[in-house]
Amino acid sequence: MSEPAAVLEPDPAGARGTLPRLLTGVRADGGPLSLDLHLRLHGSLAMVSRAGLIELVAASGLRGRGGAAFPTARKLEAVAAGRGRPVVVANGTEGEPASDKDKALLRWVPHLVLDGVSLAAAAVGAAEAIVVIGEGSRNERAVMEQALAERDARAPDRDVRISLAAAPDRFVAGEETALINFLNGGPAKPLFVPPRPFERGVGGAPTLVQNVETLAHLALIARYGAEWFRELGSDDEPGSALVTLSGGVRRPGVYEVGLGAAFRDIVIGAGGLSEPATALLVGGYFGGWIEARSALELSLLDADLAPHGIGLGARAVAVLPQGACGVVETARVARYLANESAGQCGPCVNGLDAIATSLERIAAGRADRSPEQILRWTSQVLGRGACKHPDGAVRFVESGLQVFSREFELHGHGRRCSGDGRTVLPVEVSR
Amino acid sequence: MSSKLRVNPIACKAHGLCAELFPERISLDDWGYPIVDPEPITGPLQVHAARAVAECPTVALLLARERKRA
Repeated sequence: MSEPAAVLEPDPAGARGTLPRLLTGVRADGGPLSLDLHLRLHGSLAMVSRAGLIELVAASGLRGRGGAAFPTARKLEAVAAGRGRPVVVANGTEGEPASDKDKALLRWVPHLVLDGVSLAAAAVGAAEAIVVIGEGSRNERAVMEQALAERDARAPDRDVRISLAAAPDRFVAGEETALINFLNGGPAKPLFVPPRPFERGVGGAPTLVQNVETLAHLALIARYGAEWFRELGSDDEPGSALVTLSGGVRRPGVYEVGLGAAFRDIVIGAGGLSEPATALLVGGYFGGWIEARSALELSLLDADLAPHGIGLGARAVAVLPQGACGVVETARVARYLANESAGQCGPCVNGLDAIATSLERIAAGRADRSPEQILRWTSQVLGRGACKHPDGAVRFVESGLQVFSREFELHGHGRRCSGDGRTVLPVEVSR
Repeated sequence: MSSKLRVNPIACKAHGLCAELFPERISLDDWGYPIVDPEPITGPLQVHAARAVAECPTVALLLARERKRA
């Protein structure tokens, strides 16, 4: 490609605060922390007060880590105030192919997640909690089953019955109304709202749907306090977070960083770039592309990315190396997202398919539509689904058209760019 | 008093009657699905809106009354 590529130099300014938090004591072999080891590291849950938990979470400023960044305390309050005995759903489905952090938490620190489930149930007054994991995540489910058996013998979960459920491995299955639909015996597809899950969820009860990373943070906040949590991150986006790094870095994987960490330092923490990079995909497949040199100067905060029209989502970050092609990658992900539509809403079914088809033709050098015509479709589709799937997909496409505009022009005229034919982003195309 | 139109996109099957009955505020996308103007509907237009809602074969068009904000 003709754009200047970024080459990394280490930034001498180190990260502040103490890490790791969630990943404290994680075993080098990737096996789970036993209940014994977990209790030795973090102390007994029995010593943690359930009273005032919601106020504590409010003081911590914790936001949901599943992608929407909704303030956790407000969700807890809404569910606790609902009519009937609430249910807690821990969302570990992680349908996003570029993200592995929820699965990593489940396999590495199952008891931290289960502590969070137990505490969230106490906070809202739930007697039942369900941990939902993807069908294909067999290792994670085996670890969680064993962890629950360990806990049954020691009874740290005083007033809540925790069970496991396996949801279909589809991108939209983890959307919260899709989860509720599935747990109520329906297909794992989004529902038309309202009612929202906090009003009527599992079995019609007020339901707290919370990402497993959010719950793990809750387990630490309950032990170490709101001020400790705020030692990392910004006022509005406090704490640490898990990031999944993939693509052109030397050591791809899941890392824990303070919110507000510079992308440059996050990449260096993953061994640095494996070769010069042209762009970063930030926020996974509902996020967007940013040209590499600007992206590496940004920090891991929604506030920093807002001017780019991108949200951090579940903090999946993929590095596009110089030898890969942004047009091809944008088309591949667009096709994946079109195929992962739940198939319920016309604008999503038809619009995403038409957009993906045109992008695929451009990528192959057989353009039938210009980027301007594709942008007309993306603006038509925006906001017209029952869930946010079409919105995330078209924003991703728009960012690709913008960041790779020169490459789109080359491809559009039937000329190949300088990409060497490899593909980088993970897509599990199903149909 | 004003009202707002909303489409249930899961129920909508692109019959297109709404756009014929209420072209002032509803157009169709390239695949025949309605694009609804988000502006509140006031005055005599509300009659047309109500008719479009009543005629939708899949009951996918909803009309919500909005109270005036203080």
